Amino acid sequence: MADTTAQNGSEPWGPKPRKRFSRKNIMLYGTLLMVSIYYALPLYVMIVTSLKGMPEIRMGNVFGPPMEITFEPWVKAWAEACTGINCDGLSRGFWNSVRILVPSVILSIAVASVNGYALANWKFKGADVFFTILILGAFIPYQVMIYPIVILLRELGLYGGLWGLVLVHTIFGMPILTLLFRNYFTAMPEELFKAARVDGAGFWGIYFRIMLPMSLPIFVVAMILQVTGIWNDFLFGVIYTKPDLYPMTVQLNNIVNSVQGVKEYNVNMAATLLTGLVPLVIYFASGKLFVRGIAAGAVKG
Amino acid sequence: MAIAEIQGQSTEDVRPPVRLFRNLNAKIASIPMIMTAVFVFIGCTVWTIVHSFTKSRLLPKLDFVGLDQYERLWGTRRWLVSIENLAIYGICSLVLSLVIGFTLAALLDRKIRFENTFRTILLYPFALSFIVTGLVWQWILNPDFGIQSVVRGWGWESFTFDPLYNPDIVIFGILIAGIWQGSGFIMVVMLAGLRGIDEEIWKAARVDGIPTWKTYIFVVIPMMRPVFVTALVLITSGIVKVYDLVVAQTSGGPGIASEVPAKYVYDKMFQAQNLGQGFAASTMMLLSVVIILIPWAYLEFGGKKRG
Amino acid sequence: MGYTSENLAEIAIDTPQTLAEPSVRIKNLDLNFGSVKVLQNLNLDVGKGEFLVLLGSSGCGKSTLLNCIAGLLDVSGGQIFINGKNVTWSEPSERGIGMVFQSYALYPQMTVEGNLSFGLKNARIPKEEIAKRVARAAEILQIEPLLKRKPSALSGGQRQRVAIGRALVRDVDVFLFDEPLSNLDAKLRADLRVEIKRLHNQLDNTMIYVTHDQVEAMTLADRIAIMKGGKIQQLAAPGEIYNRPVNKYVAGFIGSPSMNFLQGNIQTGDTDVFLSGDVSIPLAGYAFDGLGRSPGKAWLGIRPEHILTGAEAEAAPFNTQAVIEIVEPMGSDTLVWTQLAGERIRIRMDGQSDVREGDTITIGFHAERVSLFDEATENRI
Repeated sequence: MADTTAQNGSEPWGPKPRKRFSRKNIMLYGTLLMVSIYYALPLYVMIVTSLKGMPEIRMGNVFGPPMEITFEPWVKAWAEACTGINCDGLSRGFWNSVRILVPSVILSIAVASVNGYALANWKFKGADVFFTILILGAFIPYQVMIYPIVILLRELGLYGGLWGLVLVHTIFGMPILTLLFRNYFTAMPEELFKAARVDGAGFWGIYFRIMLPMSLPIFVVAMILQVTGIWNDFLFGVIYTKPDLYPMTVQLNNIVNSVQGVKEYNVNMAATLLTGLVPLVIYFASGKLFVRGIAAGAVKG
Repeated sequence: MAIAEIQGQSTEDVRPPVRLFRNLNAKIASIPMIMTAVFVFIGCTVWTIVHSFTKSRLLPKLDFVGLDQYERLWGTRRWLVSIENLAIYGICSLVLSLVIGFTLAALLDRKIRFENTFRTILLYPFALSFIVTGLVWQWILNPDFGIQSVVRGWGWESFTFDPLYNPDIVIFGILIAGIWQGSGFIMVVMLAGLRGIDEEIWKAARVDGIPTWKTYIFVVIPMMRPVFVTALVLITSGIVKVYDLVVAQTSGGPGIASEVPAKYVYDKMFQAQNLGQGFAASTMMLLSVVIILIPWAYLEFGGKKRG
Repeated sequence: MGYTSENLAEIAIDTPQTLAEPSVRIKNLDLNFGSVKVLQNLNLDVGKGEFLVLLGSSGCGKSTLLNCIAGLLDVSGGQIFINGKNVTWSEPSERGIGMVFQSYALYPQMTVEGNLSFGLKNARIPKEEIAKRVARAAEILQIEPLLKRKPSALSGGQRQRVAIGRALVRDVDVFLFDEPLSNLDAKLRADLRVEIKRLHNQLDNTMIYVTHDQVEAMTLADRIAIMKGGKIQQLAAPGEIYNRPVNKYVAGFIGSPSMNFLQGNIQTGDTDVFLSGDVSIPLAGYAFDGLGRSPGKAWLGIRPEHILTGAEAEAAPFNTQAVIEIVEPMGSDTLVWTQLAGERIRIRMDGQSDVREGDTITIGFHAERVSLFDEATENRI
């Protein structure tokens, strides 16, 4: 008792009290927590629904955790779910998406990075005109261009095939990626480029020997941007490919929204989750780079 | 004499080389960009606009019919519903995205703990496709199993919340999903803007004894004008393209209650074999983007030249 | 015909256009960025082994000129010759130049050795030769222990040595420096300045050096070209520029603290005087001979270090009383602010003088220390 009174004298004593539970902080964290729950809820619902059996779903509560965990919906979604007459599940769409994704990402990034480098360091007369058209083009609704592109692809013999879609992804990825690379290369010290020129390195020499080794972060950002964008695409997939080449998103929509048969909500949610898995894994693994990618692309756009 | 000789030897002028071949590698590297800009962005757009004045049906033909397609378009109930839906969806999503995005960014900017965790949770929907988003919310909003049934299960038997099955409010059901997917992104853009504001502004405001909320409204938001404009343009250009979300969540139903212009275009072009209508509708979409973009471009670039 | 070394130096100073063998020659050079004329009809000859400094404030076109010589900017008109060869449209690497940059511009992913040899590898020079040249450059610059390190592991001074080394290994006649010391702190800058001078004495290369620092310019240069608005204002040896500035801009730019200027009228007659307010300054003994031709409105310039005080001032042909407003002691000197004819002027006094604010002192100067500038053209009278 005596000790405490001595310490609680009129003089301030000990460390300054931290106002961890001030009213302001409770409101701040409370609000953020509520909002976070709202944002996290759908992911939670997807997971729990996909782990329940159909009888349990019919009984009750979408938010309740599964009483009996079953992985059968996942297996069914991956290997057995039907679209039309095909009943080999989402696996077909998954592999189609992979086959579309890999060349599209590589081609679009290769084209845009070289182009951005040319715009940043080797500007020629008229380059800015085409670049401006390219950036403005990003605002044109796709719907205006989709039909003439069908004709163009048909003329090139690429319509309905894999490479036609790869080409479309490369074209529509070009504005944002070119902007991204151009801005990055412009921000690099110009004297480095000058020094390399005095040292006798040419266009490709400087690109491969000086610029590439210095710009790995931006390539990762561009990859994240493209992988998520192309994986999530629906419109181009449904227009420019044939049903046996449909990407995962198109197939998912066909499975879930098919009017035939009994609705199996657990299978649907497992399929939805499977389709969202690739971008989610990239998102959670890349963390700040994802944020940096979309912010860089957006704020400067 | 010797001087003159040396000078004579070195004063021969050289003409500049042919312009086309200077910097040739850069020009070769830009061919994809030039082709895309000229053939796709300009060429295809002009092609579509031109063909919107024809009576193309199954195949594009150059039989010009003036403004017939547009007259028919504006006489179609489905198109009018689409436009109305887009207007409601657009205005609500614009306002809500900006308000929610900015508020969340301001909350996250208060030097809080676990900022990364909160941001990760708020942004993950943006990594998901509209198809996935639409299907999840279709399930959550399902009246027999979703929120409505859960609340009824708690004892509130008359509770009704079935936006996807009610033609009057179906567009708000889509809005909920759209906001959930996209507002985290606007928050990140806003947060980047807030972080770009000089720390000393905050110090000056504190020294002057201005309350935090006042600093936000009277100092910070005006300073963030460019960020708001960018966010505005991003949201708007996204709104016009809304398609996948509706396809996944409602397929335009019930009836035609949740149709949107992008879906109208797709259906006319690839299902109804009525190309002319598709072209006219897509040209109208382009027109609306132009109407939004021109004031923005004027504000952004016209203003800079003056200043 | 045969020049002695003595009169050659004289010629180099007075009439550069008759240089025996220009190492770099620039003829009628124009450069436009859109409608902005950055360089206008510029002519310049740099002698073999000469150290030429391009001096000016930012935006005067000095770095632009250097980049044109290096081939990093395409010119809009005119010709550039290096060692008698027209290089106007040659690639930078084919011009026989080496260049050192302000930000060092070292390739971050390569070691010091890699940085030094990158250019030689591009030129497909044999390996043994590369090794020999790198070793020699490293020895001259004393960076041998650093060869295996990455640039990020070096200090600012070390980085700039490596950057100089990169120019050195190229074995070229012309070195271009683009503000090489601006990123260094004051002490290091002074050290490296001496080192560059030593290097020039040792190698005897032609060096063209861009800077905005007049101390660097005065100490390093054989000749200084002062630039403004894309034009060379004056091209002369440092002493000449200090003592005989051709116009008011040059006079004000060179010298620290800068020259004092008084506005007034020149009155010629039996005795030439400069009238400013109620002050009348006799001009007998003025160092230049243009007085008779241009009487009228003019600026009178006098350097702070040329204003005398005390007994010396009383002995000078012009002297007056002045009240001290501000005293700025700087150690070796003391800078004193006062007024003359309604203008604020600075006087450089000995560091030991114990003047105080409010004191009244006698100031004065000799007319031969004065420069007069036409008010309209700003050219020296």
